[in-house]
Amino acid sequence: MAFGPFLLLALMEGLVTAAVLALAASGLSLVFGVMRVVNVAHGEFYMLGAVLAWVVTTMIPGPPALAFVAALLIAPLIVATLAALADGLILKRLAYDPEATIVATIGLLYMIQQAALSLYGPNANPVRAPFEWRIQLPWFGYSGYKLFVVLAALAVLLALWLFMTRTKAGLIMRATQVDRTTACAFGINVDRVYMSTFALGAGLAALAGVLVVPIQQAHYLMGGDPLLLSFIVVIIGGLGSLRGTLIAALVIGLSDGVISMFFTPTLAKILATLLVAMVLVFRPQGLFGAKA
Amino acid sequence: MTNLLHPSRRGLLMAGGAGLLTAALPGHVAAQGAPIKIGFQLHRTGIGAAYGRWYERTAQAALKAINDGGGIAGRPVELLFEDDATDPKRGSEVVDKLTQSDGCDLVMGTLFSHVVMGSAPRAGELKVPYLVCSEGYHVASGALNRWTLQPGITDVRAQISTMAPWVAANLGKKVTMVFPDYAFGHDHRDFFTTAIQAQGGEVIAQIAVPPTETSFTRYFPQIPTETEVLYHVMVGPAVLTFVKELGEFYGTGAKPALFGFIDSLEAVDTATPGLEFLEGSHFWEAHPRVKPADAGEHEAAYRAAVGVDDNGASVSDAADVSTYSHMFSTWETLYFIKQSMEAAGYTGPADRQKLVEAMEAISDLPYGIERPQGAKRFNGKTHQVFGSQNISQVQGGKLVKVHTTTIEEGVYEDAVDYTTMSF
Repeated sequence: MAFGPFLLLALMEGLVTAAVLALAASGLSLVFGVMRVVNVAHGEFYMLGAVLAWVVTTMIPGPPALAFVAALLIAPLIVATLAALADGLILKRLAYDPEATIVATIGLLYMIQQAALSLYGPNANPVRAPFEWRIQLPWFGYSGYKLFVVLAALAVLLALWLFMTRTKAGLIMRATQVDRTTACAFGINVDRVYMSTFALGAGLAALAGVLVVPIQQAHYLMGGDPLLLSFIVVIIGGLGSLRGTLIAALVIGLSDGVISMFFTPTLAKILATLLVAMVLVFRPQGLFGAKA
Repeated sequence: MTNLLHPSRRGLLMAGGAGLLTAALPGHVAAQGAPIKIGFQLHRTGIGAAYGRWYERTAQAALKAINDGGGIAGRPVELLFEDDATDPKRGSEVVDKLTQSDGCDLVMGTLFSHVVMGSAPRAGELKVPYLVCSEGYHVASGALNRWTLQPGITDVRAQISTMAPWVAANLGKKVTMVFPDYAFGHDHRDFFTTAIQAQGGEVIAQIAVPPTETSFTRYFPQIPTETEVLYHVMVGPAVLTFVKELGEFYGTGAKPALFGFIDSLEAVDTATPGLEFLEGSHFWEAHPRVKPADAGEHEAAYRAAVGVDDNGASVSDAADVSTYSHMFSTWETLYFIKQSMEAAGYTGPADRQKLVEAMEAISDLPYGIERPQGAKRFNGKTHQVFGSQNISQVQGGKLVKVHTTTIEEGVYEDAVDYTTMSF
């Protein structure tokens, strides 16, 4: 294949990775920014989204598009509810202590993973894309659904940004992020803010899971990779910075696409990890994070 | 009135007699009918789960058939399944547990080659027979030990050397290979590359994919345009994605002929939406999933026993497609164990060495209900069995058998003589 089309395909693949990553990582970043909780179970919320998408689409008859839209609404909602419960039952009782919550979310990770294994089973199951549309370019064909994933992720991120900057709820979240005690003094119910932030973060991961499942299939171990990549993205972008997360997701996604195509996927992972190390050494707060 | 507190004289006598009989019984039972315990290292979870599900069902079916027929040398047989999560580290622990804690006479059943590689050394240390159902060339290559044997399924090297001539003669001579980047995939890479050269063809590109990969489009541009045959063998949960993305990539444009190992589609329905582009392509199969018109006389009985219909799916759920080209190996391995235990006069773990020697002495394994896939020839020196192979074509979304090889076509020179190694 000639260089031009080759690069185009690499960029398209990279863009899809970046879009899914941006969604998943924004949830992780939000939770850390507002709550100062490092959520190790974040990847499992992503997996739950994918698995629930399979459950919903197999239960709802009719055209795949309808079932998929239902999954897109129901799966993140269930996952968000679960996360809110986990917040109330576990994180709140630990007083959001940074170290205790890391250990607690590791426990949560295993509980969710094993629950999925017991209830959903060890198989990878495909979910039909809402539409079968293939773009035939002169050099290669490409899945139209993958491009839809990019657009959908962009729309969700835009909505998230509007929510954070233009609504009262977003304002309250940002206020809690800046100073928890002062927010409390102004009559903000911090417990409720934390619960809804954790739910929102998990819901975003689940949404990414639903979007990705027609490309990848639902499997109980699929949460590992996105967790690692989300951490990479969030560390590079700066914990708690939505803009940083988006830019870092683009950098990691596109470089992953291009490097793994022109060289090897392993090299792409090595370079991403190296970048994390460099950022941690020279700019520990991340590219866009505020100094702690 | 007689009850528990005030028993009658007759009741007391009968109970006493029964008690005496029971006390005398255990010694008698142990001498004649203590069960033979076979440990089964099972991929119940992890990337091998679909294979594990069917390995368990097939082994249970064979176990029932053997026990209904009087067991092994008159003793009943028990199977103890232990999950290894398709993980090499866990694999060696499972061999340990089955042998040391559960007291199994031997261990069998492993499929994934990295788990075999991780577990076989432990079996050698414990001096317990370890019968794998794995296809890997690692047994016959001499990489393992005297205690590891593969009597139920042919290895990749034999499979490939029978496929290469057919591929060169019918599909094309310029081949690009896509394979998983670990032992099993490397066997394919090495043997097919030399086998196709012997036919005047060549492998023009080798594309190794990490076994945990979930997306494949990024690898396809490496396929040279002059490729005549795309040789693919992938395993794990992502295979469906692999085939789908290949279809999206080539679409309606010009595409090379596809030749795959059914491993890419075991447990997957060939009529799944998104797989239409496989239409007309060819697959290696050990045991044709869709019952061929010229199937052997025992095929129907075997399918009924393992609960598989004529399309290769579960009789209770048509969406539950079997791993038909691999699972027969557990059935045939169990019968191989029966045959060798009876030949060795096996009585317990002290006879394990005698048992391996009896296995090594076996050579001809004729077609029968014991070997539903077909007749086999066991090579005691290399611990590897040889058998016939099949090629099927996807026609109307179904696999239709188009070619069967002989056993001889897959035979190659011995690379090792395990019988000269010490126990």
